[in-house]
Amino acid sequence: MNLSVDITNESEKSIVNLSGEIDAYTAPQLKDAVLPLTKTPEHTVEIDLENVNYMDSTGLGVFISALKSTKEHGSKMKLVNIQDRVLRLFKITGLDEIMDINSAIRGGSE
Amino acid sequence: MEKFDFVEMKVPAKAEYVGVIRLSISGIANRMGFSYEDIEDLKVAISEAITNTVTHAYNEKDEGEVTIGFGIYEDRLEIMVADHGGSFDLNKIKDDIGPYKNTESVESLREGGFGLFLINALMDKVEISNNYGVIVLMTKYLSEAEVGFDDDQISTTQ
Repeated sequence: MNLSVDITNESEKSIVNLSGEIDAYTAPQLKDAVLPLTKTPEHTVEIDLENVNYMDSTGLGVFISALKSTKEHGSKMKLVNIQDRVLRLFKITGLDEIMDINSAIRGGSE
Repeated sequence: MEKFDFVEMKVPAKAEYVGVIRLSISGIANRMGFSYEDIEDLKVAISEAITNTVTHAYNEKDEGEVTIGFGIYEDRLEIMVADHGGSFDLNKIKDDIGPYKNTESVESLREGGFGLFLINALMDKVEISNNYGVIVLMTKYLSEAEVGFDDDQISTTQ
């Protein structure tokens, strides 16, 4: 029921590895971790959601604020390795049209 | 009267209990025979309903309780989420819900307020009462394949 946030900083990009569940309890922690990364111009924030097995609208809210912040500061955000169940919420809300989302799981050809 | 089992839970209106209720509904829905996909939908829907209660009704003050009732029927699960700590403007919420459109500018995106939209999208029936605090009543039916009866009774007499 918890979320772990692991950030690797490279010169032009930060990779955020998430693992666990994003809900009303863990979303503030995610927001605190991700928002500062979006404030550097030209920086790319890549968020890896492969190990996020639950997310609800509180998570969508965090990604919306992060997206707004990227537009404000001239940075970029990518969501990668997103699971089908989580991707579904982005599709239902239409956010998949607005955000840079890559759902292909590594080595996921079954 | 239609027979059903009823399970009631009461938890503090705090964000850390949303996950606890999610585990409970997962267990109940699994026992009823819901599919993996439906159970995931139920988990999101109930979390949204409780999150609304936790953040709207109590303004994040650590007080108050949320009552959750599960009506377990042969063909469906009814979930009631009730708070008695105040109410929020339902019409305003209804105005705020709906999917995003491609044409909307990023600046206009709402960061919250689509909990109810998701509940509507994921459940078969949703009713909201705003008379005594806020009560959300939502229903999810077991699909015929999951229930596993009546599927060999299609009339072939024509």
